[in-house]
Amino acid sequence: MNEVARKPAARFVPLIVFAALVAFFVVGLVWNQTHDARFVPSPLIDKPAPAFHLPRLNDPTRFVTKSDLLGKPYLLNVFASWCFACGDEHPVLMAYRDKFGIPLIGYDYKDAPQDARAWLDRHGDPYHEVIADQSGETAINFGVYGAPETYLIDAHGIIRYKHIGPLTPDVIAKELEPKIRELEQEGT
Amino acid sequence: MRRLLAVALLAFALALSAAAFAIDPLPFKDTAQRDRFQHLTRELRCMVCQDESLLASNADFAKQLRRQIFDMMQQGKSDSQIKDWLVARYSTFILYDPPLAPATIALWFGTPAILLAGGIVVVVLLRRRTRPAGMITEEPGDDW
Repeated sequence: MNEVARKPAARFVPLIVFAALVAFFVVGLVWNQTHDARFVPSPLIDKPAPAFHLPRLNDPTRFVTKSDLLGKPYLLNVFASWCFACGDEHPVLMAYRDKFGIPLIGYDYKDAPQDARAWLDRHGDPYHEVIADQSGETAINFGVYGAPETYLIDAHGIIRYKHIGPLTPDVIAKELEPKIRELEQEGT
Repeated sequence: MRRLLAVALLAFALALSAAAFAIDPLPFKDTAQRDRFQHLTRELRCMVCQDESLLASNADFAKQLRRQIFDMMQQGKSDSQIKDWLVARYSTFILYDPPLAPATIALWFGTPAILLAGGIVVVVLLRRRTRPAGMITEEPGDDW
């Protein structure tokens, strides 16, 4: 007891340690509230999009390749008729398709073509073009692991931005649109 | 008691083998290749169901990547080539064993640092306590 009385600062050590633990706890809680562990940053940002050669959903005899789409920026939206969150995202895409200012390409991921066509007939088709990756093999090269995912690809075929999960008006306003404007200013 | 132990061991062995055989039948060349495949895919994360390995997961994503890894093995790719290929697409998050990088320094050295700090505190406290040896008996709660 005498020792503690001699050094009053020592009395606060347990309190400080406890406060530090509480701080860790709070930071962890807040972090988990604001970050979704499912959304892993893509290593493909600012790297060339992988080459692809995929049939059109509405005309499987005609193929679309990466080089067909070079020359102007576009959005590539990975979706599937079986994907629940894609249903949530769908009205947002319908509302924004003409506001993006660049083409919105649909990427039908691991889907039976007739299911995808029926889904688009029922809900409306927000896409300027839809390509179909029925096996999902090309999607591996894009690092797709959960639909919906959206890629912003510039005129040179470089992936400039990726969003995992449904696009919301908030995400579009805060992240996607500034990126699109950035590309416009580059004049690409 | 011995019987109970035997049952427990059996249950444990069954649980282990269930995890090992939650995989699709892939035509491995030999058991060495199968073992290598299982060892490799156990170290890789299923990105869809993030707390499972590619080996144990039944998700479509994991099945497809297992197939892909199997094919790459047949092409003679090494484990590190396969890992690099996956990391280029899915980031180092797919590795259960994180590489040493600026972002993982806290992960690698955080625990030893905290352990060291705790050790220092314990040593300091013990030294202080042993010096005034006569005082220990005066502390309340020590008299029994």
